Amino acid sequence: MAHDFSDRIPAGLGLPALGPRPLRLLVAAGGAALDRLARLGRFGTFLVQTGAATLTPPYRPHRVVEQIHFIGVRSLFVILFTGLFTGMVLALQGAYTLRKFGSEGLLGSAVALSLLRELGPTLTALMVIGRAGSAICAELAIMRNAEQIDALECMAIDPFRYLLAPKLLGGLIAIPLLTCLYDVVGIGGGYLVGVGLLGVNEGAYFQGMASSVAWVDVQMGLVKSVVFAVLVVWICAAKGYYLHLAGDRGFGAAGVSRATTSAVVLASVAILVGDYLISAVLL
Amino acid sequence: MTTATLVVATHPPAALGPPVIELAGVEKSFGKQHVLRGVDLVVEAGMTTVIVGPSGEGKSVILKHMLGLLRPDRGAVRLFGQDLAHLRGRRLREVRSHFGVLFQSVALFDSLTVFDNVALPLRERTTAGDAEVRRRVLDRLERMDLHDVEHKFPAQLSGGMQKRVGLARALVLDPDVVFFDEPTTGLDAARTNEIYRLFYRSQKALGYAAVIVSHDVPKIFKLADRVVLLAGGVLHGGGSAEAFQRSTDPVVRRFVETTMGHLYISDLEEGMTP
Repeated sequence: MAHDFSDRIPAGLGLPALGPRPLRLLVAAGGAALDRLARLGRFGTFLVQTGAATLTPPYRPHRVVEQIHFIGVRSLFVILFTGLFTGMVLALQGAYTLRKFGSEGLLGSAVALSLLRELGPTLTALMVIGRAGSAICAELAIMRNAEQIDALECMAIDPFRYLLAPKLLGGLIAIPLLTCLYDVVGIGGGYLVGVGLLGVNEGAYFQGMASSVAWVDVQMGLVKSVVFAVLVVWICAAKGYYLHLAGDRGFGAAGVSRATTSAVVLASVAILVGDYLISAVLL
Repeated sequence: MTTATLVVATHPPAALGPPVIELAGVEKSFGKQHVLRGVDLVVEAGMTTVIVGPSGEGKSVILKHMLGLLRPDRGAVRLFGQDLAHLRGRRLREVRSHFGVLFQSVALFDSLTVFDNVALPLRERTTAGDAEVRRRVLDRLERMDLHDVEHKFPAQLSGGMQKRVGLARALVLDPDVVFFDEPTTGLDAARTNEIYRLFYRSQKALGYAAVIVSHDVPKIFKLADRVVLLAGGVLHGGGSAEAFQRSTDPVVRRFVETTMGHLYISDLEEGMTP
């Protein structure tokens, strides 16, 4: 909600050099900037409060298990399916390119490194945003609209502890595990196409992989998947949780729809930007 | 000739208890809209305070201040003697642990069964074991005349039954104050009477203070120890239901006139009411 600070301008301020229109524009720009800052601060506080609720007792293992099931198990099919096809297309494109240089033997390492360092964590996070992140946002937004979050607060139940901490912890456990599965299935898909269809030597495929993939590559993928898990749950949950602060854009079913779309877009952009930043730091 | 009778509370006025909630000079604006312009109100233990007024005047905003969901721009809100301005996090939750709330939308968790909805405060806020939770939940459902519904989901119940489940949840921890935000909205006359009967019975049994925001005039007056009218951002009235209806305050008179009819006022003035 953009603030109008015009009532805070002293009546005698005048500022004849600026005139009323530039002054109004200045006030509007300042108001918009303050609004953005406030939103940023609210998002930051949200993460800190959720993190604190996650780390401090009482813990709710059954609710965390529910979230692992929701974010992890129920995303399994889409992750395995997309992982398989990503590996297959990587092998197809990789073999085509490497053949030009007579380096088909490097196909295994090309597929594995691409998946472990970049595509595995990134595409897994994007898939989870589409399947679970949007649902997390919509669920919280509907709860906000139906006064269920207010009801929790009035019952002296901390929503951060009851609702959000299990989601964050569930995401932190499920998303790295999904990433590992994505990588494994992707490498399998690359094997199917590279070795099975294109006739790349099986030994070369695995030997190249074993000789070029180091622990640091796996580590980079894991670090990314953990950071992405935080980003996915944080952005999607905060967008839904703060629906009531979206002003006129937060009402009713249309408000829930707008919040969900915005959460998916923002989280996806954050994943891609985060991917670049982590790669730049760790390389 | 039509005669109208003065609506009075069905129970004798309660003795003034200690204040549990105090609002002093509370002002609240949303953008350029000044909703509350200096609200003063004291809610005493065991008493029923009814806040009436036209829709959109800010009755629920007052309720949200009492619940600590909103903070005033100016003025003070004291909950059990503690200033809301100094209450955050755990301390605010401690104060709220004395509250029960029946929301206008009921705010039941639609993915939980009736049993789990009512059990939620017990499981989250107490160390009660499964047997104790079950006993308390079934007792509260019984008090609300709800039988064999504990395994159902809220969407499988009628509006009246959902309200009763909401009331059962509000009462499950024996609160000191229960807030009702338009408790009979969307209910027919029979269901409305049922909710009022259950409220009256549970308040007698549990002795909680009640704050009811309602526009169900004059029926709601029967439950009130005190009636206040929110109009123009300030409260008017403040006495018994009878005193409210006989008030000489022009704002209150106009409200009574528009909600209870001109004939009623003329009956009052002509001494045709008991």
